[in-house]
Amino acid sequence: MTQQTDKKTAWWMLAPLLLIVLGAIGYPLIRTLLLSFTNARLTGYSDPIQFVWLENYWQAITNSAFRESAGRTTYFVLVNIGLELLLGVLVALLLNQAFRGRAIVRALLIIPLALPTVVSAIMWRWIYNPEFGVLNALLTQLGLLGQYRSYLGEPDLAMNMIILADVWKNYPIVALVALSALQLIPKELFEAAAMDGASAWTRFWRITLPSIIPALTVVIVLRTIEAVKVFDIIFVMTKGGPASSTRTLSFEVYQEAFSSLKAGSGAAYSYLVVLISAVLIFLYIWLLRRQERQ
Amino acid sequence: MKKMYKAFSGAIGMGLVLTGLALGQGNTTLNALFMKQAAYSEEDVQNMTAEFEKANPSIKVNLEFVPYESLRDKTIAAQASGGYDVVLFDTIWPAEYAKNGFLLDVSSRINKADQNKIFTGAWSTVQSKGKYYGMPWILDTKYLFYNTEILEKAGFKNPPRTFQELMTQAEVIKQKNLVQYPLVSSWSQSEALVADYTSYVAAFKGRFVDTSDRPVFQNGGGLKALEWMVDSVKKGLSNPNSREYAEEDVRRVFSSGQAAFALNWTYMYNLTQDPAESKVVGKVGIVPAPGAVGGAAVSAVNGSMGLGITRTSKLANEAWKFINHLTSQKVQNRYAKNSLPIWKTSYADPIVSKGQEAVIKAANISIGAMYSRPTVVRYAEWSNVLQKALQEALLGKTTAKAALADAAKQVATLK
Repeated sequence: MTQQTDKKTAWWMLAPLLLIVLGAIGYPLIRTLLLSFTNARLTGYSDPIQFVWLENYWQAITNSAFRESAGRTTYFVLVNIGLELLLGVLVALLLNQAFRGRAIVRALLIIPLALPTVVSAIMWRWIYNPEFGVLNALLTQLGLLGQYRSYLGEPDLAMNMIILADVWKNYPIVALVALSALQLIPKELFEAAAMDGASAWTRFWRITLPSIIPALTVVIVLRTIEAVKVFDIIFVMTKGGPASSTRTLSFEVYQEAFSSLKAGSGAAYSYLVVLISAVLIFLYIWLLRRQERQ
Repeated sequence: MKKMYKAFSGAIGMGLVLTGLALGQGNTTLNALFMKQAAYSEEDVQNMTAEFEKANPSIKVNLEFVPYESLRDKTIAAQASGGYDVVLFDTIWPAEYAKNGFLLDVSSRINKADQNKIFTGAWSTVQSKGKYYGMPWILDTKYLFYNTEILEKAGFKNPPRTFQELMTQAEVIKQKNLVQYPLVSSWSQSEALVADYTSYVAAFKGRFVDTSDRPVFQNGGGLKALEWMVDSVKKGLSNPNSREYAEEDVRRVFSSGQAAFALNWTYMYNLTQDPAESKVVGKVGIVPAPGAVGGAAVSAVNGSMGLGITRTSKLANEAWKFINHLTSQKVQNRYAKNSLPIWKTSYADPIVSKGQEAVIKAANISIGAMYSRPTVVRYAEWSNVLQKALQEALLGKTTAKAALADAAKQVATLK
């Protein structure tokens, strides 16, 4: 069999999968992109659709609510990913040590991940409840808080409290990925470094971190995509309140498409969200690659 | 062998006949969309539907229950797929649904003989520009719930009749340290906040829009209403956590005995009388929401809901039959514990009033005083703007006057 025939067969074999991928991902993507250049509305009538080209994008960029939400989303993403990385790597380092009950603790790590986001959001709403919540009970009993307070009713605090809830739900992904990367590092490297007199910090900085960075890059990219489009946890916990202080970009997309019934500009808004996550992802990859080279 | 063959083919033939009969019998399936919380419980709706299916064996009904927040989105999203035949809709949506062709105009199907038998407020729930888009089903408004024990300890024999009087009573209750915050409300950034504000607007005789649909809530009664709400928070009489509460949170705080007053929908009354859900069983009074000095005698927000047929439904006749069953006086009277009937004469029926005499007494006044939120096509956007403005004032980020003026400017552009 020639190489040419081999290639042909390969394409034939791949064709069903490619068709599915193109149909399930490519078609909606292109359809939404085309929709974003129109004035299409969500109605029960077949109203004529006109092309307005970049007008929807321009309207989004000049919309102050959209810009404010973009700022809040960026804050959510950066703080959220930062905390998840810190906590995830620390927990992974801990779970990489040998101790009794390690297997059970590793298994427990899966629980937050296994919970549906809506369930975890309702749970955290209860934890933060200003009259009956356990967080208030805990902090007052420890003497850290004088009296019960509101967490989700204060505009300056609500977003941070949602971030904490989201970090709890998602840091195990970082921890699990980091742990698997840690287990691949040859022990001899650490032993040799220790013999050469390298401190624990130096060993972490020179051996551990560079070894797990490729794995972390993947998880950062995945988590960024998720964090930029955050909606469900916020919708359940605060519905974007108080005074819109937790409204993120997905709320603007939702409002434009469903409250205003503007399918065209809703599509444009969602493409802008994709663009923002793409920029953030490229930035991360560039930064991490630079560090890896160093 | 021949015998076996005969028996086998006989069995197959019989099977085919039975299958045919079964298919012929249940070949009509309606898809209906309902909500999970408040008013009729899921169990109530399931039982009502089972009764309908029993009386109409050729129709099967698939029920889907979603949270209130998803009701509108699901109805709109189903336009492309034609997913539902019957949908539950809120009083704030008919203008939008009618304009965008989401619901079937059922004006010709409405029984003219029933028109005077049903409350006017209920009919307004399903109307837009003189046309009917369904049958009213859930007749609801916000009432003032009060803790009789706290009021007694504070030295008050009667609940407040005006919001000014409520403020005075709340001040005494706070001074006597009976509860930390006498009033609890659902003022989170959601529709519940606009519903509450509407009650206050009605009390202070304000209006949302003038005859030309121009916003006027930023002045007069609309402004006084928000100023009262802000004032109650500043004075520590309203629970500051109200700004993150929805109706269920209000129920929990009131039921735990931590509030003397609460505005909430009818459903709360029966739950406050359930020992598994409440610490204030037997200590709860219910009256129409207060009026205001120089304003209305009582206040009420129209929180009713209707059942309509989607324009994409191919089973409009069957759907209407189902709607007629659910909204019939006979069915509504039997399930009146969680939601009051739309029929005027039902309120004199002992089946309806038994065990909830206080609710019926309040309803008889409140239903006639129901004030509606603006019946504008772009209500969802209106509400988003109002919710933010009301919250900004309640959180002290701006004054009531500035918040409403800004909101009025924004909604004026929503034509």
